[in-house]
Amino acid sequence: MQILFYLFAAVSILSALFVVAAKNPVNSVIALIVCFLSIAGHYILLNAQFLAVVHVIVYTGAIMVLFLFVIMLLNLNKSTEPQKSMATRIAAVIAGGLFLLTLLGAIKDGIGIADPDVYDGSVGLVKSVGTSLFTEYLLPFEVSSVLFLSAMIGAVMLGKKDTSPQPLSSGEGQNAADRA
Amino acid sequence: MLVTVIFLSVLLLVTLGVAAYETYGERKVAAFMQDRIGPDRAGPFGLLQPIADGVKMFMKEDFVPATANRVLYFLGPAIAMTTALMTGCVIPWGGTLVIGDFTLNLQAADPEIGILYVFAMVSIGVYGIMLGGWASNNKFALLGAIRASSQMISYELAMGLSLVALIIGTGTLSLGGIVAGQLDGVWNIVAQPLGFLLFLVCAFAETNRAPFDLPECETELVGGYHTEFSSMKLGFYLFAEYVNMFISSAVISTLYFGGYDIPFVDQAGLTTFWVTALGTLSLFAKIGFFIFFFMWIRWTLPRFRFDQLMNLGWKALIPLAILNILLTGLWNFRHELIQLF
Repeated sequence: MQILFYLFAAVSILSALFVVAAKNPVNSVIALIVCFLSIAGHYILLNAQFLAVVHVIVYTGAIMVLFLFVIMLLNLNKSTEPQKSMATRIAAVIAGGLFLLTLLGAIKDGIGIADPDVYDGSVGLVKSVGTSLFTEYLLPFEVSSVLFLSAMIGAVMLGKKDTSPQPLSSGEGQNAADRA
Repeated sequence: MLVTVIFLSVLLLVTLGVAAYETYGERKVAAFMQDRIGPDRAGPFGLLQPIADGVKMFMKEDFVPATANRVLYFLGPAIAMTTALMTGCVIPWGGTLVIGDFTLNLQAADPEIGILYVFAMVSIGVYGIMLGGWASNNKFALLGAIRASSQMISYELAMGLSLVALIIGTGTLSLGGIVAGQLDGVWNIVAQPLGFLLFLVCAFAETNRAPFDLPECETELVGGYHTEFSSMKLGFYLFAEYVNMFISSAVISTLYFGGYDIPFVDQAGLTTFWVTALGTLSLFAKIGFFIFFFMWIRWTLPRFRFDQLMNLGWKALIPLAILNILLTGLWNFRHELIQLF
């Protein structure tokens, strides 16, 4: 078990680094898929079967397929990548550094590592996840579902064709009616 | 442990064997529907044809296009085949086989989330097609890969929603539990006729079978995502499709047609060994029927246009699946609702 943990940990970190380091966006996406799968492996080690399999279905099976789909469709590669200006790069480094500082500040007093001896192996099973979602966290759960619904409707509205009548076409309709 | 390994190896061989003879069956069914004889040269009734085809695939030149991304070009068929074969281990192929002191559960693993595991494997399987199609660096292959991914995403939604209605009724995600529920009660097809229909249509789309075989659509895209593949790499893609068809038929039989259940078999007075053996046989009979059904549809219906496919998925199947969930929910809580008024 411990060997599996170290294996998954190493694969997660190395593939995450490769996501950032890879030149080709398709290789980046594939590294991210490997990263997600190894994180699913961590869930399995914690007996969180439901979380693991939903993680695979949602992140690996749906979101990354969309990523790959868009990258393939746009045929992104090194030559089409826009060159960022120096100001953008400096701003990106500062923003990233600030984020790192925030993270370090958050974990400087030590992150609460759960005691493995008292770990409840049933916490990630369907029943316990469902019970806590629909009792303890009912309101956040419902609110986030409304958020997702509004995001979906918003995307559909943005993607809809503009069907309002054009002035030229309505004039033609008038002429056609006159001729008839 | 050892028993499980042996059982899984046997399962692997059976799956590959069934997939091989599906290719023969497909050609025989096609011939029957078109009033031809079909393959009859190799062996009696052409029964050795799959072996001849396999040897042919292995012997052909393994050509890799110069502009292909070599790593992904190798990975594509491998992912397609691996994910197709990984699904079989959670399907209950029968009850518990008892021979003397030796007992064997004919389901390699029964995780609590069995049906979701099948779903996860199906959703990873699309990478085989996408990566292979992209890596061959060919316009037709890329179009095939893009079609495959958009088709899979669209139909996965409707498939998942049709399963939600089923799970409301069964109350468990484990495939063993779903079959156990049907052994005692009626088959799920009785409670979920609309859900079954939606699941069946989505299964055709997920396995890229006609009338939804747009990713390989030979009249528009040469061979679709496998245009640039040759030898056993092409063989793996074609084989993965037949393995998927076998597994889909097994999942449909398990979810909606009682799995290894034979109605009233407990009243026939048979020993447990014969009940188990006949149950497994009946599951394979159901699977055989659905494989034939897949072929029947392929040689009956013409292929959809891509916009028709998308419209069917998003504007017909998904709303129907949501309606089905609503109706199932109302039916399951009818007593509470009646008390409410």
